[in-house]
Amino acid sequence: MRRTMNIVKKIYVALIFIFLYAPIATLIVLSFNASKTRAKWGGFTVNWYRSLIQDETILNALGTTLLIAFLSAFAASIIGTIACIAMSSMKRRNRAILMGITNIPMLNADIVTGISLMLLFISLGLKFGFGTILLSHITFNIPYVILSVLPRMKQLNPSVYEAALDLGASPVTAFFKVTLPDLMPGILSGFLMAFTMSLDDFIITHFTKGSGINTLSTKIYTEVRKGIKPEMYALSTIIFVTVLILLFLVNIAPEKKSPTDSSQ
Amino acid sequence: MQKELIKLEHISKSFDGQMVLDDLELKIHENEFVTLLGPSGCGKTTTLRILGGFVHPDTGSVIFDGQNITNMPPNKRQLNTVFQKYALFTHMTIAENIAFGLKIKNKPKSYIEDKIQYALKLVNLEGYGKRMPDSLSGGQQQRIAIARAIVNEPKVLLLDEPLGALDLKLRQEMQYELIRMKNELGITFVYVTHDQEEALTMSDTIVVMNQGYIQQIGSPESIYNEPENAFVADFIGDSNIIAATMIEDKCVEILGTRFSCVDTGFGRSKPVDVVIRPEDVELVEPENGIITGVVTHLIFKGVHYEMEVMANGFEWLVHSTVLSPVGQKVGIRVDPFNIQIMNKPESEDEEAVALEL
Amino acid sequence: MNSKKNILATPYVVWSAVFIVIPLCMILYYGLTDKTGAFTLENIAAIASVGHARALWRSILLSVISTIICFLLAYPLAMILADKKGRAGGFIILLFILPMWMNFLLRTLAWQTLLEKTGVINGILSFLGLPSLRIINTSYAIVLGMVYNFLPFMVLPLYNALSKIDKNVINAAKDLGANKIQTFFHVILPLSVPGIISGITMVFVPALTTFVISTLLGGSKVLLIGNVIEQEFTQASNWHLGSGLSIVLMIFILINMIVTALFEKAEN
Repeated sequence: MRRTMNIVKKIYVALIFIFLYAPIATLIVLSFNASKTRAKWGGFTVNWYRSLIQDETILNALGTTLLIAFLSAFAASIIGTIACIAMSSMKRRNRAILMGITNIPMLNADIVTGISLMLLFISLGLKFGFGTILLSHITFNIPYVILSVLPRMKQLNPSVYEAALDLGASPVTAFFKVTLPDLMPGILSGFLMAFTMSLDDFIITHFTKGSGINTLSTKIYTEVRKGIKPEMYALSTIIFVTVLILLFLVNIAPEKKSPTDSSQ
Repeated sequence: MQKELIKLEHISKSFDGQMVLDDLELKIHENEFVTLLGPSGCGKTTTLRILGGFVHPDTGSVIFDGQNITNMPPNKRQLNTVFQKYALFTHMTIAENIAFGLKIKNKPKSYIEDKIQYALKLVNLEGYGKRMPDSLSGGQQQRIAIARAIVNEPKVLLLDEPLGALDLKLRQEMQYELIRMKNELGITFVYVTHDQEEALTMSDTIVVMNQGYIQQIGSPESIYNEPENAFVADFIGDSNIIAATMIEDKCVEILGTRFSCVDTGFGRSKPVDVVIRPEDVELVEPENGIITGVVTHLIFKGVHYEMEVMANGFEWLVHSTVLSPVGQKVGIRVDPFNIQIMNKPESEDEEAVALEL
Repeated sequence: MNSKKNILATPYVVWSAVFIVIPLCMILYYGLTDKTGAFTLENIAAIASVGHARALWRSILLSVISTIICFLLAYPLAMILADKKGRAGGFIILLFILPMWMNFLLRTLAWQTLLEKTGVINGILSFLGLPSLRIINTSYAIVLGMVYNFLPFMVLPLYNALSKIDKNVINAAKDLGANKIQTFFHVILPLSVPGIISGITMVFVPALTTFVISTLLGGSKVLLIGNVIEQEFTQASNWHLGSGLSIVLMIFILINMIVTALFEKAEN
């Protein structure tokens, strides 16, 4: 009875994972497909990986995507962290208002956020391009940073900061030597979250990019009608495998070290 | 002796290859307050969870009222548990928490209502029915957890370190409350704790456990006064445990000096351990002592002074209402009746031998 | 000290005012005015026109169906995962997030390949002697795309809520005589309500407002309200109408938030 239940559970989890990973497997297979159309299998090839290196439009889009993701996550981390520190000493009502505003980009539909930013940039007379994408991405990334730093902030023991002052540190030194290291795990996970969100964004970029510049997402979208270049499959396979390897390294490595501290 | 209610037979259990209980045998009688006492990891909680039906033993059987219930799921057992940290349903009111088990059994509404009132009164929390668990203090939540269990009229109440999360004063209060409730309800309590004082205060019977074995079963007095091995002596209260040699019946050599005692039957020139409680060590004028020593430490503890006396190469722990300052030469005397002789274990298995009640 | 910290608040306060509050006000402004700048409710009333109303209705229908399917698929899964101890469960959850690192447009497009008449799935079906699926470019494909894309958003909050439930609370229910089904409905389900609510919101809002999934899997035959708004901005350039319809959309998001908030309150 218990055993059959366990088998049913395993099959269920397996089916869901097949559902989740079937498209990914498809894309990986397509990246080795000699035929240029998706519909047919024309034999195995690594040509698309070779031609990817020469495809400037794709590499440009990749560069833009990574640069925007990094810059926006970085800027969001700084602004978000400062905001958390400021919020910790704010009056309750003001903090509630600010948190409410912070939640708007997360709860609102991306299409509305994208459109609203587009209207803003137009009325400000900004030139659409790298700058407007970056501003938009910073805007939707800040909430992710705040939401991961704030819980950490609440756990902070104020006595530690006071102890640093007591031991002769100036407030600035105390902040950088004591408070900031304590917040670092929260900031880091906020940064990673922001980076991921920025990489994956299509909708907001779509409305704020203007012509002449593309991230990977918008590049793919414009290619939907005429057919996706197989090089794109090759690139996404490379990205996916890289992340997969990184995740395994991060997750397996500490497991080997852990026996010493698993004292429970 | 009252009727036997629960019998654990040859119970063994291991988690991830680690033996937690090894061939455990235990009998619990009707209307008894039994405490499973031991350090963390001794298997006391596992024993309780096997009784409750949350852990399935690898081998052995659980007999309840003559019936083998080893494979019975928890929801069918006539036992109820008061969990560590209470485990109240935070999405229900206090009254709904208490009514839970009765509603599941489809009891009539008026009966449930009466039971809720009765249980709240029993735990001294009348009028709290409409509140949510989060709004209660730890001690109050604990009482609700008890109320929730007892309305189901179990034959046995299992309590898993129920007072562990409370502060000292509240804990002492709740100890008396529990004794009162047990007497009022007239049911069996099986109580798990690592606090020896709690065990001594409340229990009819204490089961001292260590490393998956039962070390001693007995009344609080016998456990305290006549520990059967060094582990029990060390775990229950402060004590001086000294390696010694049994010269002959009623004579033991401790630290090179012969003391008379009351124990017999250990044989001649046999290595043993002796246990002497600190309050049983008498400090006298040096010339009146059996051995002499020097006071090395002194602390005032309120009801008595705690002193350490260096004598014959051993630091004796002494409790006395009479102060002897540090550096003073003193004599040590021990009443023969207060020297407890224990067999020296020859192997770990022997030390952890399982005993019948 | 306090005044210093208030200075620290300035950058974010200014930022959120300029990039969050003012843009929303601009949508309100455009949505409530016509091209001459005069106040009008026409842009909002436009939702009642046949085409728009049908798109909105279809969006609501498909997103509600997708949310329900996501919930039904995710709940058992989250329960199984929450039951796993420590690392194993965490690792499987990681496998859930991993697909997000492959571009979601590409992943959604891959379903085209899988669902095509001569695609992989129909290959398997015909091998098994089953009739072939013809769902590409229909509403069914859009629902499938929504479920596929948003399922992790349902699983993660449910998993968080379920793994937070104290095992002893579940044991207590059993101890008090509840069988598995009673334990589930009286204890587990009510205690996971916060996870259910955030899961529903995180699936419903993007599903209601998407224009990408319908473009990729609906073959531009099935228009959703998201497509209509997107076209007003990128093709028709009627910002006033687009903003008006966006306001309607936001009203629906608000209704969803209020309903779920009320539901949560009722639970307590």
